[in-house]
Amino acid sequence: MPVLLATDLLLWLLVAAAVAYAAYCRRHAHLALPWRRVFRSPAAMASAVVLAAFLAVGLLDSLHYRPRLEPKPGEPPAYATEVLSALDLALAHLRGRAEKTYSAPLATRSFAKEQVELPGGKQMRDYPRLRFGGAHLKSEADWADDVARRTLAGAGVSIALILLINVFVKRLKARSPDIPWHAAGAALNVLILLAGPAVALSTGYHVLGTDKVGQDVFYLALKSVRTSLAIGTLTTLVLLPVGIALGTMAGYFRGWVDDVIQYVYTTLNSIPGVLLIAASVLMMQVVIDRHPEWFSVAAQRADFRLLVLCAILGLTSWTSLARLLRGETLKLSQLEYIQAAHAFGVREARILSRHILPNVSHIVIIAMVMDFSGLVLAEAVLSYVGVGVDPTTNSFGTMINAARLEMSRDPVVWWALATAFSFMFALVLAANLFADAARDGFDPRVRV
Amino acid sequence: MLNYVLRRLLYAVPILIGVNLLTFLLFFVVNAPDDMARMQLGARRVTPEAIEKWKAERGYDLPLAWNSKEASLLGKAGRTIFAQKSAKLFVFDFGTSEDKRDIAAEIRQRMWPSLALAVPVFLVGLAVCISFALLLAFFRATYVDLWGVVLCVAMMSVSTLFYIIGGQYVASKLWHLVPISGYAGGLDAARFLVLPVVIGVISGVGSSSRWYRTLFLEEMGRDYVRTARAKGLAETAVMFRHVLKNAMIPILTGAVVVIPLLFLGSLLQESFFGIPGLGSYTIEAIQSQDFAVVRAMVFLGSVFYILGLILTDLSYTLVDPRVRLE
Repeated sequence: MPVLLATDLLLWLLVAAAVAYAAYCRRHAHLALPWRRVFRSPAAMASAVVLAAFLAVGLLDSLHYRPRLEPKPGEPPAYATEVLSALDLALAHLRGRAEKTYSAPLATRSFAKEQVELPGGKQMRDYPRLRFGGAHLKSEADWADDVARRTLAGAGVSIALILLINVFVKRLKARSPDIPWHAAGAALNVLILLAGPAVALSTGYHVLGTDKVGQDVFYLALKSVRTSLAIGTLTTLVLLPVGIALGTMAGYFRGWVDDVIQYVYTTLNSIPGVLLIAASVLMMQVVIDRHPEWFSVAAQRADFRLLVLCAILGLTSWTSLARLLRGETLKLSQLEYIQAAHAFGVREARILSRHILPNVSHIVIIAMVMDFSGLVLAEAVLSYVGVGVDPTTNSFGTMINAARLEMSRDPVVWWALATAFSFMFALVLAANLFADAARDGFDPRVRV
Repeated sequence: MLNYVLRRLLYAVPILIGVNLLTFLLFFVVNAPDDMARMQLGARRVTPEAIEKWKAERGYDLPLAWNSKEASLLGKAGRTIFAQKSAKLFVFDFGTSEDKRDIAAEIRQRMWPSLALAVPVFLVGLAVCISFALLLAFFRATYVDLWGVVLCVAMMSVSTLFYIIGGQYVASKLWHLVPISGYAGGLDAARFLVLPVVIGVISGVGSSSRWYRTLFLEEMGRDYVRTARAKGLAETAVMFRHVLKNAMIPILTGAVVVIPLLFLGSLLQESFFGIPGLGSYTIEAIQSQDFAVVRAMVFLGSVFYILGLILTDLSYTLVDPRVRLE
């Protein structure tokens, strides 16, 4: 039975809007020009590929359903209360195979000692074999051989794919030589080269180890991508309408409208960000706890909290965009073409939407891509403070939070932290590089 | 000048009233005192009497904004939660926390460790970022510049949590250089503060250096720089005597905003390193849902922010003789 969570709906709407915008841009040369400038940068192409990979994982994770339970004869079909996604279906082999507790990457034995029964009937404390990691091995002496074989098999498939892709890259390059397809191809090659062996190894091992309750860390990291993307994009969905409306109105109408709007954003700005977010989240948490009847399954509650977090982040961070837009609108409204529009008797709303808004759109796009990486990083910090996503939601913040105390163990449990930080670093770095290229492409001071 | 400052201070009053109303709305209207009592008492001990007792002990048993039971007008407005809890913040009367400690005394005591961490981070950070940015600007359009910027972007993309956890692991656990966390008074504090300061500086280098570099480069494109070079000045003289001085205007004024906020300390650093400052105080309050403390810190934060804005305007007149405050 498909389940439509609120964030799923919004994420897919956002994708639809992005596709529509892209189609619109294609037909209008003046809109397509800055994007063409953006994609002429090799860094932008490479980071766009990485972002697209993250997006694919996130969107696959945004198709939710409730699995049908084994039907008893004569009864209507029943559905589990657990909500799964298409990504869970694809990674079923990772999700189902939980160990008891920590195990190192590619390990065959558990991280903690346990009482084990020896063949002779005696007992001793030893590291027990894992239930799934390397369970197919007859003897642990084969471990190195098996790992090498799987890695090579995975790498082989990757290389075949890479060769195929490079043919396409060459053809694309011949068609549009000014776009650095080779950079995109290189990024894709690296991704495939990492993914191939990882997938091949994941059929028999826990590639990145397991966490405290034995869940596969690789699986957790992939599941966390969606949360990061949701926070990075849905927040801007809240932030943009507020920021654009208030910013342009303050700059255009001036007078008391400007005073009121400036007052509102100075007041909001003056409260330290984390405190305002923390206070709002704590309050919303009480509201959520008071109304259990709003949600039919636990996943919906967690999802609602994610949505609320996005809304709160959006409502507390529109101020900088509004300030930028106010300044730009102030400047624009002095220009002749706006005065001409006034003289022709064009309505105020129409001047704002048709004449001001298109001319500040570069600021909006720059702000949107620049905010993304900051929001992804902020999620981890907020989860640490305890005002982030629901503890049951997979996110990099919850992963870090669960693993950070294990650094004091001996030997150190490093893999969960390292995985969360590497995934986050890849996502944020790609976003930062893309944002830089976007800023250069859209900045009106840059004329090529 | 004095006139201007006075006007700005007056202008701060409506903003503080706004902040106060907002926190009042968040803490008392969205979330009635009954809910707070239920949350603090825990699910098992909740009885109507217990809730009433909890509210009475803390003075939350009053009406929200208008007490019609009181006889006098002053009582009607004064014997309310708004007057007792929110309005009192204006005279810096913060009341007591949930564990009945005086918040103002706590703040005065915890301010010093916060400053001991935040001031070195601020000063060293500023010096490091400016020198690094100046280096990049000096070697502009070479590989040094390119890789420096790449390094900045990479450093910006790393979570602060990574710097803290990684730094603690390497410096304290592997190399045993400094204690992992803790704090001591007096000169002993230095031992505990070295690592947090270094990490605080490192985690800020990426974004600030990149921004300062842009400022320097913008300044280097100006005509007076070309004139200075045409006069035959050495490149170092141009950089230090002309470019640095002029680029310091936006850098300094950007830095002045945060000076008052240094009092509040840093949330993450303090709680990870166990420094008993205002940052860890705030985090503990959030985690134990001690709203009295959160309210006090929100108010204090906005006071410091407004102070920072005024200081910024004043610093413009000090570093840039072209700016006059009227």
